[in-house]
Amino acid sequence: MKKTYLIKYVFLLFFVLSAAAAFAQTNVVSGKVFDETNQPLPGATVAVKGTQKSAGTDANGNFRITGLSNGTITLQVSFVGYKTMEKIVSVTGNVTVTIGLMPAANDLNEVVVIGYGTEKKKDLTGSIATVTAKDFNTGAVTTPEQLIQGKVAGVSIISNSGAPGSGSQILIRGGASVNGSNQPLIVVDGVPLSNDGIAGAASPLDLINPNDIATFSILKDASAAAIYGNRASNGVIIITTKKGKAGKPVINFNTQLSIGKLTKEAPILSPNQFRAYVKANGDSLHIAQLGTANTDWQKQIYQTSVSNDNNLSVSGTAGILPYRVSVGYTDQKGILKTSSLNRYTAGINLSPSFLNDHLKVDFNFLGSQQKERFANEGAIGAANNFNPTDPVYSGNSNFGGYYEIMDPNNPGTLKALAPLNPLGLLNEEQNRSTVYRGIGSLAVDYKLHFFPDVHANVSYGYDGSNGQGYNDFPPTAASQYVGAKDANGVIQHGSNTKYKTVIGNSTIDAHLSYSHDFKSAKSHVDAVAGYSDQNFTTTTTNFATYFSNGEVNPTTLPTYPTGIGQYDLTSVYGRVNYAYDDKYLLTGTIRTDVSTRFAPGIRTGNFPSVAAAWVISNEDFLKNNPVLTNLKLRVGWGKTGNQDGIGDYEYLGDYSLGTSTAQYQFGNTFYPVYRPGAFYANRTWEETATKNAGIDYGFLNGRISGAIDFYYRTTDHLLAQINEPALTNFANTIVANIGNMRDEGVEFNITGQIIDTKDISWTANINMTLNRNKITNLTAVANPNFPGLQTGGISGGVGTYIQLNQVGYTKYSYATYQQVYGSDGRPLDGVYVDRNGDGVIGSSDLVVRHSPDPQEYFGFNSDLRVKKWSVGFSARANLGNYLYNNISSSTGIESNFINGLGIDENGSSSVLKTGFVQGQYLSDYYLENASFFRMDNVHIGYNFGKVFKNTGDLKITGNVQNVFIITKYTGVDPESTTGIDNNQYPRPRTYVLGLNLTL
Amino acid sequence: MKRNSIKILLALGLLSFGITSCKKNLILIPNNQLTSEQVFSTPAGYTQAMAKVYGAYASTGNTGPYGNADIQGVDEGTSDFFREFWNCQELTTDEAVITYGDPGVQDLHNMVWDANNAVSRGLYYRSLYQITLCNNFIQQATPAMVASHSISGADAANIANYVLEARFLRAYQYWVLMDVFGNPPFATDATKIGSAIPPRIARKDLYAYIVGELKAIEPSMVAPNKNLYGRADQAAVWALLARVYLNAQVYTGTADYNDAITYANKVITTQGYGLITNFQNLMLANNNLNTIPGGGTVSEFILTINYDGTKTQGYGGSQYLTHASVGGSMPTAKFGIAGGYAGSRTTSNIISLFPTPPTTDGTKFPSNGDVDSRAEFWYPGQSETINSVTTFTDGLGVCKFRDVTIGGGAQGSDPNFADMDLPLFRVPEMYLIYAEAVLRGGTTGDAVTALGYINKIRERAYGSQPGGAGDITAEQLTLPFILDERARELFWEGHRRTDLIRYGLFTGGSYLWPFKGGAKSGVGVADYRNLFPIPQSDLAANPNLRQNPGYGN
Repeated sequence: MKKTYLIKYVFLLFFVLSAAAAFAQTNVVSGKVFDETNQPLPGATVAVKGTQKSAGTDANGNFRITGLSNGTITLQVSFVGYKTMEKIVSVTGNVTVTIGLMPAANDLNEVVVIGYGTEKKKDLTGSIATVTAKDFNTGAVTTPEQLIQGKVAGVSIISNSGAPGSGSQILIRGGASVNGSNQPLIVVDGVPLSNDGIAGAASPLDLINPNDIATFSILKDASAAAIYGNRASNGVIIITTKKGKAGKPVINFNTQLSIGKLTKEAPILSPNQFRAYVKANGDSLHIAQLGTANTDWQKQIYQTSVSNDNNLSVSGTAGILPYRVSVGYTDQKGILKTSSLNRYTAGINLSPSFLNDHLKVDFNFLGSQQKERFANEGAIGAANNFNPTDPVYSGNSNFGGYYEIMDPNNPGTLKALAPLNPLGLLNEEQNRSTVYRGIGSLAVDYKLHFFPDVHANVSYGYDGSNGQGYNDFPPTAASQYVGAKDANGVIQHGSNTKYKTVIGNSTIDAHLSYSHDFKSAKSHVDAVAGYSDQNFTTTTTNFATYFSNGEVNPTTLPTYPTGIGQYDLTSVYGRVNYAYDDKYLLTGTIRTDVSTRFAPGIRTGNFPSVAAAWVISNEDFLKNNPVLTNLKLRVGWGKTGNQDGIGDYEYLGDYSLGTSTAQYQFGNTFYPVYRPGAFYANRTWEETATKNAGIDYGFLNGRISGAIDFYYRTTDHLLAQINEPALTNFANTIVANIGNMRDEGVEFNITGQIIDTKDISWTANINMTLNRNKITNLTAVANPNFPGLQTGGISGGVGTYIQLNQVGYTKYSYATYQQVYGSDGRPLDGVYVDRNGDGVIGSSDLVVRHSPDPQEYFGFNSDLRVKKWSVGFSARANLGNYLYNNISSSTGIESNFINGLGIDENGSSSVLKTGFVQGQYLSDYYLENASFFRMDNVHIGYNFGKVFKNTGDLKITGNVQNVFIITKYTGVDPESTTGIDNNQYPRPRTYVLGLNLTL
Repeated sequence: MKRNSIKILLALGLLSFGITSCKKNLILIPNNQLTSEQVFSTPAGYTQAMAKVYGAYASTGNTGPYGNADIQGVDEGTSDFFREFWNCQELTTDEAVITYGDPGVQDLHNMVWDANNAVSRGLYYRSLYQITLCNNFIQQATPAMVASHSISGADAANIANYVLEARFLRAYQYWVLMDVFGNPPFATDATKIGSAIPPRIARKDLYAYIVGELKAIEPSMVAPNKNLYGRADQAAVWALLARVYLNAQVYTGTADYNDAITYANKVITTQGYGLITNFQNLMLANNNLNTIPGGGTVSEFILTINYDGTKTQGYGGSQYLTHASVGGSMPTAKFGIAGGYAGSRTTSNIISLFPTPPTTDGTKFPSNGDVDSRAEFWYPGQSETINSVTTFTDGLGVCKFRDVTIGGGAQGSDPNFADMDLPLFRVPEMYLIYAEAVLRGGTTGDAVTALGYINKIRERAYGSQPGGAGDITAEQLTLPFILDERARELFWEGHRRTDLIRYGLFTGGSYLWPFKGGAKSGVGVADYRNLFPIPQSDLAANPNLRQNPGYGN
């Protein structure tokens, strides 16, 4: 809660001075103010109602008001972000009181972090949502974005999979690009993070400990985000970490134990169903390969996982130095055997002030070391496919003892293309990484002595990571059966491949800000102007692969020892906020960016925005309305840019050297080749323009509050993959700036404090988003015959695509044949609707419809506190999202079970319904409505209060995550980031027991 | 102090803007890429760039076997030149069926491909990609450019040869496009790459260009058998000319059998071009070591695509032919591979062209003790009748392509990839062209010589002496016999579709094979399928193109 501390000190100073001035009084009221966690609250204001007398609380929450006469007075206690509290006190002599403050539900004076500064919520003109620690999702949360899943309208967060630390797809208002990045810009304590992955980490964000985060600010519309110009098309998420608190040290310890379980097995044939099926449909060869075992391969590969998470933080002030230091340790096991994540984190925040608060220094550092073991997720598919009548172990020592399918015609050899033992795949591989990441920032803010309205702020931020690891297979692993020849032509088995990537991204920023109240003109002006330079450098070390005997595999010698990718973003920006009489607000921003990813001459992008707001509730006719206490109308327009998702040097079209395995032979010599690179010299900024209109509302002093926003966003110079005319480039498709896309949508959220008494409080929130996306153009010249761009490769036929980006349709729509059904309701094998009536089923009969993106999505959150108990839940629902069931389409066919390779393979039980013989990959039978309602989290907590003398606040919580899901989807999980369900690592159900102790 | 502060602020502001303007022209250079100036500054650089021009035949990308593809939108493994070409030339005919369900593959044998067919699209872009590489190389290797890098003497002469060879490779790929697609887009080194949308060229005009270009380079090409193995020489130019002339009737409506004979004969009569002794040694791992009797290092291969199991890896070409054809009970070790992919087989139409084998038990591997040693088929577990194209055991296995060494039968250099080189031209084709052109009325050759050439092929196949079991008589030498002999000799080498079209048997219903047109016993198909459609993706990108008749638009 960064919002409060600066103000705290200002108040503190002021009231200490004013208190010193008042000395000639008689009675004294003194006491202490606490916050909701029973911590002393420094900087709160205690005033005697109806008088000029007031005081502020000191660092220990104490206050003292002197010079009172006997009688009854009303103390009014207020603090930013908290509900103002009144207490009637009878004054007879000196009196001591204690006062507890509760946080305000939706305080309009709340300070919101925006780009390059802060702003009071009431003065905002853009669409900005904030989520603070008290509203975060609880339970076993390993990656930061999971804290706000389902909390914010317009923000869709879908975890990539159930693997430990697997990260999430974050889409704000659906994402603005097709082939460029759709990831929002994430800024941590002023350091804009790169969206590039870190080698050895499933998700770059999982190196940030969620426990160190204080607030998220989500800038959704362009008028808010345009100050971040260059990378802001998909919105901006500003993460602020926890800061040092004034006062004596506060120690917080929390620990969690969690247990993860598989929720549902993939629907495949049971061993007995499989036997019956093969006997009914197979030839003698296949029937002969039926075994006597009954193996549930899914049971073999999954486990109940036990994980724990521990965090310790100390915050306080040492001398003039407010500090917060935290350490965390997470040990997470995955439900797929052999997957695990082990993370140590440390966070430091120091925020001293000098020269009477004229010079403020803010230092933040988040460091982590993460060791991860990645399971071979190929085991998931293998478990679906491996013959369930075969045993797990062979009884001999071949292949590590795991039973494998042998070639009956070539004794002693492994059958080619047969699935490998799923448990063997997991255990006969060690894929481990160690990743270090440090994000540090140092900001110095100087309030000019001669002109205190102006601040000069200089900051430096660095985000460095070092990810390295190896993938090691023993020589006995079935996957290493074939082996490769060493330099002497002898076949060797086993392999060890190392990898290493070092990333260093630095940001230098300098800005001047100005803030002044023109009282006589009823005006307030805030302005900021600055310069920033960001450099992104990624150095990848290339390694050869070694056989288990330590010899190098000669075909893997790297062409270059390292690969260095870098780009540079240089920007100047400015913003002016103007407020008249607290009723009329105007914001204008401009940012100019230069990216070295584009050719000189076309690398500059200009990103302006304007927004205005009318605070209707401050008009006289509503000013003292007791019901409608806040009503603000906002409109805004802005333009933002995108240059993520493309290469660093692609405008150059340089030559690259082929690997040692792609040489060509002239005579007796093999020559490494120089290949000219595809070029697109005219590539430049993808530009997104957003119009936004919104209403913020609040009833009954914020007890019911929320916002509704309408947006219309168009993307020009779309970074989209297009077909290059053959003979014009060294590639036939390339990411170009051609095309247009639009998104329109509505976001709505409402939060109510339905019950708000001392003993019982109930807060509930509902948010909903409706988003419609349409590609409006994909060619340089309008072309009605443009076939669209295929995307979404599926497994089954090699190179089969199920999705299409096509003009007039939602991006990543599915292109499928319309299945024809028989009179018995069963789909007919290979019979589709011949839409163009030419008698042949061809690509012109494909129907383009539905997309993986939900048409509407909802979040539901509820928290009920009854005395010391609290219970709550958070849930989400998606409607209109479709999912292609690739497990069903690629394995639920007779030719999979009884295949031409002569292998018995298991697969999807959908074969019993369809009876399909050959793969019908493009049938819309497999395109399923994946709308769902998911209970993400149910939690219960008990606050024991003080467990030691006057201190030691203890709270115990229990959570269940991924409680249940309601859906018609027939696969394991309807939620997918890709739209293609193909053996995804399942999301576990997690039971969490947590303990939180504050001293 | 106030004044100083303002100065400092102003200075900071100016510095910011100053740095920003510098960055406007900052060029960050990747550490592991080279500009064209760097590549083409040394003779070695030219050679390595030329290695890519040739290598585009054999590799699918810059990271063998997989991972950094040249062609987008099709699976990289399938984007190999010979694999795509083979699929279009063989899977469409009686020579091959395949189990694969990859997009567009089954449509080939069923003859229902459309303008989005992934296989023909892959071939189209692969051929045009190699042409683009040729155009680029020629532009970078003009005498002036070479001289400007102070390259002279033997190095400059070698680069001049590269240019001629690039022109040959370009002509070869334009021949592929002319044969398969008819009327493709067209650009040469005269146009800067990317500066203009290429025009469409009509088949007839493309024929004139190819012939003209080949004749233009012919005199300056390296003499036959004098170039490095894997590089084109004068004989390659003659061989392509002979092939183009043989099909002139199809390409232009006007036959030119005299020139076909002339150019075939140039190869045949050049010292060193003949047949190796054992047919079954042609398609093996180290087939680059085959020599003809008395020929020193000279083989019957006129030009090859060079693959290598460790240095030129990919999932096409000879890897595809050696792996996709192995399944069922075929002995993987005898194919030198770790495991077969159970894909391609042949039909009874081809089997019936050979004498009845004395054994079908697999013991006489790779053939069946057949008097014709070219009958390299696998019978055990396979049925001659095809009930389902996608069942591997329907149809007979093919043992012609094996990644084992000559004589020893040892595995090639890698169990997953193949060392075997694939000939684009080999001498017997010249014999067959000569004979066919004579039979079709060409007057620059004679029937007696033709019969002699055919019997040379047959004597090698039968292991017989002149006048022995393999020989045929003058009466037996007919056009249908030539077609059948081509099927026997050049089986699975990428000729069948072109041959059937020349004989008028590819489309229509007068010649049927199992599952022609999708029906079990075969059914006639429309004549427009003699040409493949221009891929829809390029029609959309290039407004100068027109779809071939029959494919809509």
